[in-house]
Amino acid sequence: MFDHLHTIKIENMPFTIAEKILAAKSGLKEVHAGELVTARPDKVMSHDNAGLVIRHFRTIGAARVFDPKRIIIPLDHRAPAESERTATAHKSIREFVAEQNIENFYDIREGICHQVMVENGHVRPGELILGTDSHTTSYGCLAAASTGIGATEMAAVWATGELWLRVPETIRIEVNGVLRPNVTPKDLALFLLGELTARGADYKSVEYYGATIDSMPVSGRFTLCNMSMEMGAKFGIVPYDRETARYLEGRIDDEYTVFSTDPHAEYTARRVFDVSDLTPQIAKPHRVDNVVPLAEAAGIKVDQVVIGSCTNGRIDDLRAAAGILRDRKVSTKVRLLIVPGSRSIYLQAIREGLMETFIEAGAVILNPGCGPCLGAHQGILAPGERCLATTNRNFKGRMGSTEAEVYLSSPVVAAEAAIIGEIPELAS
Amino acid sequence: MEKIITGKVWVLGDDIDTDVIYPGKYLPILDPVEMAEHALEGYSADFPAKLRRGDVIVAGMNFGSGSSREQAATCLKSAGVAAIVAGSFARIFFRNAVNQGLPLVQAKVADRFNDGDEIVINFEEGRIGDTVGNRYPFPRLPESVQAILDEGGLIPAVRRKLGLTQPSKD
Repeated sequence: MFDHLHTIKIENMPFTIAEKILAAKSGLKEVHAGELVTARPDKVMSHDNAGLVIRHFRTIGAARVFDPKRIIIPLDHRAPAESERTATAHKSIREFVAEQNIENFYDIREGICHQVMVENGHVRPGELILGTDSHTTSYGCLAAASTGIGATEMAAVWATGELWLRVPETIRIEVNGVLRPNVTPKDLALFLLGELTARGADYKSVEYYGATIDSMPVSGRFTLCNMSMEMGAKFGIVPYDRETARYLEGRIDDEYTVFSTDPHAEYTARRVFDVSDLTPQIAKPHRVDNVVPLAEAAGIKVDQVVIGSCTNGRIDDLRAAAGILRDRKVSTKVRLLIVPGSRSIYLQAIREGLMETFIEAGAVILNPGCGPCLGAHQGILAPGERCLATTNRNFKGRMGSTEAEVYLSSPVVAAEAAIIGEIPELAS
Repeated sequence: MEKIITGKVWVLGDDIDTDVIYPGKYLPILDPVEMAEHALEGYSADFPAKLRRGDVIVAGMNFGSGSSREQAATCLKSAGVAAIVAGSFARIFFRNAVNQGLPLVQAKVADRFNDGDEIVINFEEGRIGDTVGNRYPFPRLPESVQAILDEGGLIPAVRRKLGLTQPSKD
């Protein structure tokens, strides 16, 4: 399975994955943490904010994008358009991709950009990928170095194919132990966020190791790398292994380069955790690192529950939620919204009967997209309302009113909360 | 970019996130002038009305955490904010500010100023001053990053590089 790979082996030169990838993409023999480089990304991704990128691209005045094959544009944030303004932006994007021959355009039917990127073979190990979305860090689940940038700089990349980047220091996180039943990668992500804090990995690359990570499927690694952004990380990377290869089989056929950190590479911090006894975790408002064990938040009433998003909208998340909701009813005082991560996940959930379970229980199914997570549309909160969501942010005003509250949890905890109308003591 | 900036201060705390700076519901807005009407609206509803051209924001740690939305920097620049001083900046906000030509200063001085105080930022000498004679040094930006600010942002820099405009005299 590993035979076709070019494995980079540089003896006696200790570098991190981030340093190796950024050196390769900058055309340099070596780069070191702290240096500024001009790198050429393998892929760049923009979602609905491609509308803003296009405006900046026009201001620059370049005639053509640097390489239409390297640009991927899925529409997901306000999809289908919730306003005339968004509809106009979407229209400008459709016209632009036609004009510039950008083939990897996914209109509103396909799903959340990060899920679409990973599912459709746009992410390869060892690649440098930039996206105009902070949760672009997610692609580290396939051993890529990927990070969020702004719309102005994306326009510069479209025009020139390159961008200035700082080479990050690296934090090594090692996680050991078997997670208990109903304790999920999301609980681990929230726990680590509580431990490292929202500033704990600012500007840093985070590498994940340990037995817990080794046995975690790509979907769970996706959640970890997605939430790495909430620690401020530039990259969140699970190094390439057999699970990476398993996931990629049939999705990509080209060769790719695997980078690994050298044994004596310098880490700015090393953290080791045993999570054998970890319990479900909750992030309380209005900070992502305001994390407590579930029991400490139990009994808090909720008006809305959202299960889905790029953080927890994959098939195993939906299976876990359906497992809780099967033959039970959502509280009449709760609005349960289910948001599959992508069209293919949605379809699979239908084929497995999960959607039937959700609808029978009283859930509302939304089309794959970002809507409620960022308060764009579909599930805006009123003043005084409280939502438990499997999404990634609980900032003040995130899902609508600045007087509303957002709590974050795993799909298991969220499903149970939807039934009993409050944050549960323990996931059943 | 101005080498010396003098302005009135607004003091904000730690972890001022992008949803507070520029709420998600305004993201479909494309006009920077309209964006300015919502600058820091999530912090307090009347903040956009209080903000004056030339004001300086002085904040604590991790300013601009969260989303990649560059509107968080655009709305402040468009509202006339002359510079942002913070103990630290979240990564993407830092980039967005530099790339749009909004000057940043990394210094832990949020507890040294009050709303309405006058601040003087001297970029040539790398120090901040107040009206009672206190001086606080700050680290200079890397040369290549400062060069982007000096050109007024990444777009003018790229236009010059691609030969789409006349290079500026300095």
